[in-house]
Amino acid sequence: MSCNMTFSQAVNDALATAMQIDENVICYGLGIPDPKGVFGTSLGLQEKFGHDRVFDMPCSENGMTGIAIGASLNGIRPVMTHQRLDFFLLAIDQLINNAANWKYMFGGNSGNVPITIRLIIGRGWGQGPTHSQSLHSWFAHVPGLKVVSPTTARDAKGLLLSSIFDDDPVIFLEHRWLHNHTEEVPEGDFRLPLGKASLLRRGNDVSVISMSYMSVEAIHAIDYLQDKCNINCDLIDLRSINPIDWETIFDSVRKTGRLLVLDTGWETLSVAGEIVARCAIECFDSMKCPPVRMALPDCPTPTSWALTKNYYKEAVDIGQTIAKMLKIEINLEPLKQMRGTNHDVPGDWFKGPF
Amino acid sequence: MLLIRFCEESIAARYHTGKKMRCPTHLCTGQEAVPAAAGQALRSDDFVVSTHRAHGHYLGKGGDLNKMIAEIYGKKSGCSGGWGGSMHLVDRSVGFIGSTAIVAGTIPVGVGLGLSIKLKNTDQISCVFLGDAATEEGVFYESVNFAVLKKLPVLFICENNLYSVYSPLKVRQPEDRSITSMVQGLGCPAINGNGNDAIESYEKILKAVTSIRNGNGPVFLEFATYRWREHCGPDFDNHIGYRTEEEFEAWKMKDPIEAFEQKILLDNIIDKRMIEELKAGTQAKIDNAFKLADLAEFPDFCDQTWFSEVNG
Repeated sequence: MSCNMTFSQAVNDALATAMQIDENVICYGLGIPDPKGVFGTSLGLQEKFGHDRVFDMPCSENGMTGIAIGASLNGIRPVMTHQRLDFFLLAIDQLINNAANWKYMFGGNSGNVPITIRLIIGRGWGQGPTHSQSLHSWFAHVPGLKVVSPTTARDAKGLLLSSIFDDDPVIFLEHRWLHNHTEEVPEGDFRLPLGKASLLRRGNDVSVISMSYMSVEAIHAIDYLQDKCNINCDLIDLRSINPIDWETIFDSVRKTGRLLVLDTGWETLSVAGEIVARCAIECFDSMKCPPVRMALPDCPTPTSWALTKNYYKEAVDIGQTIAKMLKIEINLEPLKQMRGTNHDVPGDWFKGPF
Repeated sequence: MLLIRFCEESIAARYHTGKKMRCPTHLCTGQEAVPAAAGQALRSDDFVVSTHRAHGHYLGKGGDLNKMIAEIYGKKSGCSGGWGGSMHLVDRSVGFIGSTAIVAGTIPVGVGLGLSIKLKNTDQISCVFLGDAATEEGVFYESVNFAVLKKLPVLFICENNLYSVYSPLKVRQPEDRSITSMVQGLGCPAINGNGNDAIESYEKILKAVTSIRNGNGPVFLEFATYRWREHCGPDFDNHIGYRTEEEFEAWKMKDPIEAFEQKILLDNIIDKRMIEELKAGTQAKIDNAFKLADLAEFPDFCDQTWFSEVNG
């Protein structure tokens, strides 16, 4: 059985399912029980599971992360949510010094830290430097943390349930522009394995490795190239930023010989940079052209409608890059026209303010 | 108290000569009363989290002596399997959940354990050891606030030994404001006491434990005490100029063990011969722990990976 739902509803469904299955799952964060329910993702949970298991919290990101760690050491599985990733930077101490290290530094003798931290990444509509930072590479750099970043509604549910029931701390990244993505999502306890990428499109010309919202832009570009130019690309949606599904990536690159990596974060020292490096090491003999990465310029996120115009990469930029890698000319004007909305919103459904 | 004192002094005596304790080691000689009293007042199934200076808290709670010494040696038989060293101790069999080395780092962890107790509806309590400098960290306020907000079964025990490394309290906090009164301002019942008086410490901790177990929410205790040796390492450091020899000698006169010994001798609870036997027996146990640690194997780097099995 499955049900048509949005990414937000899928997150909500995963949380409700986890709390239903296991009474040790608790859910908290600023605004979790408020009337908007964190973009709809936590609506109805407090009514269903009570104030002890679902609660609002003080503005204490670091303390509440440590509290999640402590509770998890006695069998609780806390899910903490932040409406923007940027607020969670206050909790880097507890995340890194305690959550990531705990199991290892006690030789496994003080238990695991099965916490899940949902972080929402903003983009556009004036979100600016402190509401749209995509810092998955920070988290993925630290041994001891798993980093999950779903693109589709189905993946959001399956991966969130697996994250909650995983025994390691998991950073679960939700791109705000994906919250309205709608598809059929299986009902009940539906889980997807962590650490496995998803092949969204198949082709022999270029391997496009992507993540989170950039996979949506990539789909538009790749479908256009296939329809109009008979160019066929593999599109690999990472889903898990740590661990990374290296075998799937290497297999694709060995097949196509061309690597393009898309990243929602800044370019220098990015996850895209790591993927390019590993592929260069492992698949060098297969490469037909230099690998390419597309990420954000190395500067803080500009705020206004005008200044963000060329900051983010879109389908047309991806199309152009693929054409360049294949050394061909492609008319991308229709692809550009297809987008149809302002550059700073994901679609007409997004009315602001955040 | 004797076990803690003799253990710390045995580490100090061997630290330089053997060069086998190759980790930063923060000794609590002079501060034995509070950890020993807390260990007596708490139940074995109560939780404890602690700091970089954790040997006393660990031993007071009943943590395994042999495993602690082996841990400082970095051996596989250590309480953390040789992965933690002096600053990362654990013995879950007696409720000692862990000590770490970031100032205030385990305070929210202890409060989280308190939350888990409330959710699981048991009558345990969670005890958080902290030093005076930890009350300067933001996460301390966040944690106390939440414990008060949710009326969690948490006992905060602050051992105020006047120094954060070499920085005296008076350059870190206003002299006319006490830590105890500040915590009272957060809505948490707080009292202070003489941390070098074992009986006073025990009575105050027991009273707090009883109140917390009865569901009255968190309590904060501040105990005045003093570490004899250097901040980190086996030596004395009064000569380097951050504190005076006179101050040190004055605190040494308030030796918690000697005071307690005099008291129980005076009250005829114990006689001199029994004390000597107790001392000899304690030292023998400690010497044996060092012997075992020396003989034990080191862990292998490949014994542990950081990922749990990726599910799926």
